[in-house]
Amino acid sequence: MNEHGTEHGGQVAQPGPEGFGREAVRLDQGHIVGTGGLPERFDNPGFPPHIPRAADLDERAAKRAEKQVATLFGLSMLGTLVFIVAYFAIPMENRVFIPGIGLANLSNVVLGVSLAFGLLGIGIGAVHWAKTLMPDEEMVEERHPLRSSDEARGGFVKTVLTGGTEAQLDRRPLIKYSLGGALGLFALPVVLQVAGSLGPLPKDELSKTMWKKGDRLVRDPELTPVKATDVTIGSVFHILPESIKDSEHVLEDKAKAAVLLMRLEPEAIKVAKERDWGHDGIVAYSKICTHVGCPVGLYEQQTHHLLCPCHQSTFDVTQDCKVIFGPAKRPLPQLKITVDAEGYLVADAPFREAVGPSFWERG
Amino acid sequence: MSTTAHTASGADRLRANDPEPSTPVGGGMRKVGGVAGWVDDRTGAAKGVGYLMKKVFPDHWSFMLGEVAMYSMIICLLTGAFLTFWFVPSAGQVVYDGSYLPLKGVTMSEAYRSTLDISFDIRGGLIIRQIHHWAALLFIVAINVHMMRVFFTGAFRKPRELNWVLGAQLSMLALVEGFAGYSLPDDLLSGTGLRAAEGFMRSVPVVGSYLSYFVFNGPFPGESIIPRLYAVHVLLLPAILVGLFTVHIVLVALQKHTQYPGPGRTNDNVVGFPVMPVYAAKAGGFFFIVFGVVALMSALVTINPIWAYGPYDPSPVTAGSQPDWYMGFADGALRLLPGFLEFTAFGFTFSFNVMIGAILLIPVMYGLITLYPFLEEWVTGDKREHHLLDRPRNNPTRTGIGMAGIAAYCVLMFAAGNDIMAIKLHLSINDITMMLRALFFVLPPVVFWITKRICLSLQRRDRDLVLHGRETGRIIRTAEGRFYEQHEPLDPYTRWNMVQHEQHRPLELESGVDENGVAAPNARSQRLRAKVSQFYFKDRVEPVSPAELEAAHHDGHHVEAIEHQEPGGAPLVEVASSPSTDNADATESDRQGH
Repeated sequence: MNEHGTEHGGQVAQPGPEGFGREAVRLDQGHIVGTGGLPERFDNPGFPPHIPRAADLDERAAKRAEKQVATLFGLSMLGTLVFIVAYFAIPMENRVFIPGIGLANLSNVVLGVSLAFGLLGIGIGAVHWAKTLMPDEEMVEERHPLRSSDEARGGFVKTVLTGGTEAQLDRRPLIKYSLGGALGLFALPVVLQVAGSLGPLPKDELSKTMWKKGDRLVRDPELTPVKATDVTIGSVFHILPESIKDSEHVLEDKAKAAVLLMRLEPEAIKVAKERDWGHDGIVAYSKICTHVGCPVGLYEQQTHHLLCPCHQSTFDVTQDCKVIFGPAKRPLPQLKITVDAEGYLVADAPFREAVGPSFWERG
Repeated sequence: MSTTAHTASGADRLRANDPEPSTPVGGGMRKVGGVAGWVDDRTGAAKGVGYLMKKVFPDHWSFMLGEVAMYSMIICLLTGAFLTFWFVPSAGQVVYDGSYLPLKGVTMSEAYRSTLDISFDIRGGLIIRQIHHWAALLFIVAINVHMMRVFFTGAFRKPRELNWVLGAQLSMLALVEGFAGYSLPDDLLSGTGLRAAEGFMRSVPVVGSYLSYFVFNGPFPGESIIPRLYAVHVLLLPAILVGLFTVHIVLVALQKHTQYPGPGRTNDNVVGFPVMPVYAAKAGGFFFIVFGVVALMSALVTINPIWAYGPYDPSPVTAGSQPDWYMGFADGALRLLPGFLEFTAFGFTFSFNVMIGAILLIPVMYGLITLYPFLEEWVTGDKREHHLLDRPRNNPTRTGIGMAGIAAYCVLMFAAGNDIMAIKLHLSINDITMMLRALFFVLPPVVFWITKRICLSLQRRDRDLVLHGRETGRIIRTAEGRFYEQHEPLDPYTRWNMVQHEQHRPLELESGVDENGVAAPNARSQRLRAKVSQFYFKDRVEPVSPAELEAAHHDGHHVEAIEHQEPGGAPLVEVASSPSTDNADATESDRQGH
């Protein structure tokens, strides 16, 4: 580092004999030609003088620190005791109003705060102890290059190579290649077992729901059928198929069959197919978002927009639930509905396409 | 290694049959020596443990970030073990009959019921659950901030690339571990998260629907996902996390901790405090502080009130469905990706609108993070070991890249709250989303540029400080009525912080042809390397050299004219020779006196 003459090495530059300032110069541009016998870089000045702490110099300060540490440890013990008492004494259902926080479970608050005191007392006490009374003069440990010596490295390579030679790997390629083959294959049974047994194949299940022709539309979660006359303009119903009552896998069937039922002014509907598949302005759409499958739960009555609360895909019910904003691509599938002899809404056909998020073979 | 003559070294003396050391020892020493001797007779551990106890670690607040991560992981392991005693990882349906009245009579999974029981019927169960969740959130915060510290100070440089790679994997696995954990209670919010996760899996080309059916053991939600996630959350991932973490920390001890540059600190030493007693107290105490703060938060601030969400049901949903914060960036990416990225071709569906954010984002992001040290090493061609950290300002391009990455991450994370922002700020959610889409591309370059300029300015300020000294605020008037401010030169210890670093110069492109005019085989990659090197190091500020400082002193710039110099530059000669300057020199020597 210090190649250029060491007589000046690392010293603070001293004013020349002629005093300061013979001419004004730009300081951000070196202007002196040559290095003038100065080193190219500064030298590390070494450690600054150690500044002793109050507790190092004054026994009273040390005593004060000792008391502070002991107080903190004492607070910790107190906190732990409060925890133990509170654990038995405070009933679990008691509630307490804490300003700034609101109504809270008393047991939880007292247990947590006393636990925190028990822990923080120890922690802050120990750190304070270390900072005030333990040695604070920095120590130096030398680093050594991490790499092994060349002999050790050579020895390692030699051991590996001799091992290979002694095992006759080079001379007996038959063993080498058959071992490679065996090692390459042996993991397959394990992988196959896991991959093969994790779950069934989907077949066409993702494309089907339990809706079938004639299935009544029932309210979710009451499971009562809906009359067309119950559905007033602007109202929205969460709907399930009536056959869900007999389902053995309620959640799985619900996850595909959930439907939203809305009634619009028939002239507000802009798509003929939507009007045909509905009944007098009543339309039913899959509630499962075509993006990643959250229920499209938010219906805006005035604009007839459906909004998915997960990723904000927005569907326009007047345009056959086309996506008008957000990350979804496909419209929500429509369920063709009609009314039965008793005036209840029923499905007129199963869903024409797969509901929910896209998948590769969906087409 | 080999059997050497038996010398009474420190470790040997601990053996029971060894002669007593000549110096008299207290009762405590004899007691410790006795127990340690018993263990050492059977393990020979005294030497190694003694070495570790004397090991020196450098002190800096930013080195505690990794400690916070380590301690919150330990808190998670402790409280998590407690929770397994009461949590029932089953999707079997039961009717609730516990003490939380609003849910009485509701059908729910055993997982959800047992989580309610932990919260309401098991004494102290709620505080343990809350500590577990808060510690998990803190764990991931701490990992990320620790990673930023390592990045911005260049601590990932040789020989620590390997530990950077391990750390990046730890960070990524922590996300998965967190997601698996908060999905377990089977409440409405976490179930909706799993619902979305099922949609993510389906977006994988070719095998998507199979993947979904394999993971969920059939159609969503099924009864298998909860027990499977449980196995992943309490067994598989913790084992991997603890294993990788152990290697991570062993490497830190083996390679010795990096240190910030400073007087007395070199690339060949570690300056700091020994484990025994200082770090035993400081780091041990810090564990209790982290635990205590988490306990305090858990007592006073509710996290994940699953009782308010209700049990999972695929049909209902609540507005404002957000994942835990660390999944926010991925969720935000999904909100920003436009729908037109999904298309049908050859009769198959390509859902890039989902796949980019949900499947590719995390591995690609962590892949880039993992590879960064190797990119920088290639650009600088620097194969030396680095144990002194960079001040972030001294590597403006790296700092800029890091800040740009953080900016992109933040845009995505804010996007996950686009609905909340729209409600709270009374803005259109569509406008917010469009804005964030634009910002994702615009903000990172802007942040890069600004950061780089700030870094360069800070370096110039360092130069200025070294050359001009500190402004004392003392105004001095000369005999002829001129004013100037007295500057005080930096002491060599303060100055060292600003002049110690070395600046990389951009690599020059060699001709790329050998003496026969044949293009070198790696000419193309070398050309690229020279270009990237230019990008990194074209703008640089060299640290002040002794000659420059000498020049500054020589020219009297320890004083600085307050008024502008007249055109032509009125010389400062008069100033230097005026009596007041002598005055200033006197105060200067006064200062150096103490």
